[in-house]
Amino acid sequence: MNFKMKATLAGAAAALAMASVPGTAMARDTISIVGSSTVYPFATVVAERFGRTGNATPKIESTGSGGGMKLFCQGVGTQHPDITNASRRMKKSEFELCQSNGVKDITEVKVGYDGIVIANSVKGEQIDLSLRDIFLALAKDVPNPDGSEELVANPYKTWKEVNPALPNTKIEVLGPPPTSGTRDAFNELAIEGGCKTFPWLKAIKDEDKSKYKAICRSVREDGAYVEAGENDNLIVQKLEKNPAAYGVFGYSFLDQNRGVVQAANVDGVEPTFDAIGSGDYPVSRSLFFYVKKAHVGVVPGIEGYVKEFTSEKAWGNNGYLSEKGLIPLGDDLRKSMAKQARSLKSMTGEEL
Amino acid sequence: MSETTEKVRKTLARRYRAEKRFKAFGIGSIAIGLMALVLLFTDIIGKGHSAFVEHEIQLPITFDAEVLDISNPRDEDELNYGNYQGVIRDALAERFPSVEGRQDTRALNQLVSTGAGYALRDMLREDPSLLGETRTLWLLADDDVDLFLKANEKQREDSRLNAKQREWVAELEASGETRVVFNQSLFSYGDSREPEQAGILGAILGSLFTMIVTLVLSFPIGVAAAVYLEEFAPKNKFTDFIEVNINNLAAVPSIIFGLLGLAVIIGLFGLPRSVPLVGGIVLTLMTLPTIIISSRAAIKAVPPSIRQAALGLGASKMQVVLHHVLPLALPGMLTGAIIGMAQALGETAPLLMIGMVAFIVDLPAGPLDAATVLPVQIYLWADSPEQSFEALASAAIMVLLAFLITMNTLAVVLRKRLERRW
Repeated sequence: MNFKMKATLAGAAAALAMASVPGTAMARDTISIVGSSTVYPFATVVAERFGRTGNATPKIESTGSGGGMKLFCQGVGTQHPDITNASRRMKKSEFELCQSNGVKDITEVKVGYDGIVIANSVKGEQIDLSLRDIFLALAKDVPNPDGSEELVANPYKTWKEVNPALPNTKIEVLGPPPTSGTRDAFNELAIEGGCKTFPWLKAIKDEDKSKYKAICRSVREDGAYVEAGENDNLIVQKLEKNPAAYGVFGYSFLDQNRGVVQAANVDGVEPTFDAIGSGDYPVSRSLFFYVKKAHVGVVPGIEGYVKEFTSEKAWGNNGYLSEKGLIPLGDDLRKSMAKQARSLKSMTGEEL
Repeated sequence: MSETTEKVRKTLARRYRAEKRFKAFGIGSIAIGLMALVLLFTDIIGKGHSAFVEHEIQLPITFDAEVLDISNPRDEDELNYGNYQGVIRDALAERFPSVEGRQDTRALNQLVSTGAGYALRDMLREDPSLLGETRTLWLLADDDVDLFLKANEKQREDSRLNAKQREWVAELEASGETRVVFNQSLFSYGDSREPEQAGILGAILGSLFTMIVTLVLSFPIGVAAAVYLEEFAPKNKFTDFIEVNINNLAAVPSIIFGLLGLAVIIGLFGLPRSVPLVGGIVLTLMTLPTIIISSRAAIKAVPPSIRQAALGLGASKMQVVLHHVLPLALPGMLTGAIIGMAQALGETAPLLMIGMVAFIVDLPAGPLDAATVLPVQIYLWADSPEQSFEALASAAIMVLLAFLITMNTLAVVLRKRLERRW
């Protein structure tokens, strides 16, 4: 016993000592991808297909767009990820962070669109919302209902109070928490979109940008908007049980759960594949991934993965990604983007 | 009758009632606990049992060299890029000759899983002489078809299949060209984004490697610490301080250990992300207090008379510990270790920080390969948009529960078997 124990202890100590050689980045033969949870369901499909053709399957972590950028921009070397996914464009500040950490050459690839839908159970009534309705129903402070140009704490309790054409049910919307990229996009596209329809609120933007953002991107906290966690499946399940509630989530979840939930039209447009792709549906955003060029050739397969992602059979109109709910880019844009991606064109920072 | 007896008699009924109430409270508590357990099990088994089987569709497949675009089935590259979907497409077109038009053909082709193509490739690799032959094969059905076939009449109305697809599937079903088989892929593959091809073997292996690292590190360290603190350490302020800190460590939220792992083990020591070695080290930190505390309790339970007898016979302090105290305390220590391991097995929070919450398809071959663990796999599946993953997540929960029950039973059996009474 004593000898055995000593040996194991020595082994453990050796393992720790080995681990304590600083900066020893181990060589890696699988691509490491981080980033947006919205792009995750698409990137994983590509990775799997890529892995089936005799390559090592890339490893994908769902860290959120911001978290992914942070990891991606930490530096060059195999301990850092090779690719990051994002459900929004890289910010100027993130590009600068990358540059200052030696991540000089980055290739940007726009892969498609994702729509954010407001849906309820099929047992409930399908509704038509305008962006203004969404703003009035969900913002923290809204213009006084008597018509004067002042803000009051959101007084609306039912949809009918917001807009007489809507059903007389309590406002109850389940949606993602502030850490989610979906929530960012929803605030920016839907709530701000509705906010802008009030000229006097829009005018604040020129005077005081941060005040404008505080008004137009805030969500009420009095219980009408329920933060339901990042798990969109959970929202779908809750909607099924409560036909009076509405949920906010990505189009791919609507697509996979037809028959359980139905989406509301926004500004008269139904969130369909085509309407989101053409930009007619107002609450849609672009999805991206970013490639670290310094790792191409160091970690095997990066070029192959990019090629697989940007091939017609993947992101084309009838590709396998569209079956998973990704809305493809227009034909021309797709062609030029594929070319740009495969030649690994570097970003200059000017385009952001 | 004396006065005292009189008094006792009077209160006797009340005391019996009080005792009955007391017992009833205990039974009630156990009943509540059991009910929660039954609820959990019925919910999980109700949702997850269907994931253990899957449907297959029968089709006559011709391994046509021209369609496959393979001239030499022994060439690995040609094999990998063969057009297996094309062969399946042809077989489907032959089975349903009336289907025309792009839209409909596409819908028809969606009935068979993309995994079927890879199965054909593997068959061809095994037996190159199949090229040019026709075989009637059972092919894996798509997850939507599988859900449709598993659903009852009413649920079928909500299926993702369109009207034509339903018709085709119903036709196949009626003519016996579909069958239910045990879901083998569940136990033989890693993760996949196609529910019908997804498996938990990758996660089981990841959990196994992580647990091995945790056990190898935490058990010796924990036992050594406990032995020193109980048998050798002087009782002073400093050892009191250490004791407080160990107990404190047991109460630290596990995510903190993950942050530590990220900053020190990955950041400073440069170990790769997402590997079981790092996961095991982090979980060691989490398990250590449990092992130390239970080991100390086990050592304390060894009667001092045994130590004194050994010392009296001339044994040194180390001999007393190694020959007498440790063997007698071992069952208790093992129980503590197993319970600590079971805790670590169900942990996800610290692994989130070190990148083990990831989509990993390839099976890990050792503690330095990227891997995920069982609870993380459950979390990832529960978060996937495809409906079939809900059942898969429940099935994975059942597997995890089976492991936990085995480990805890082992702990109880060990205690019962090896325990000594004085």
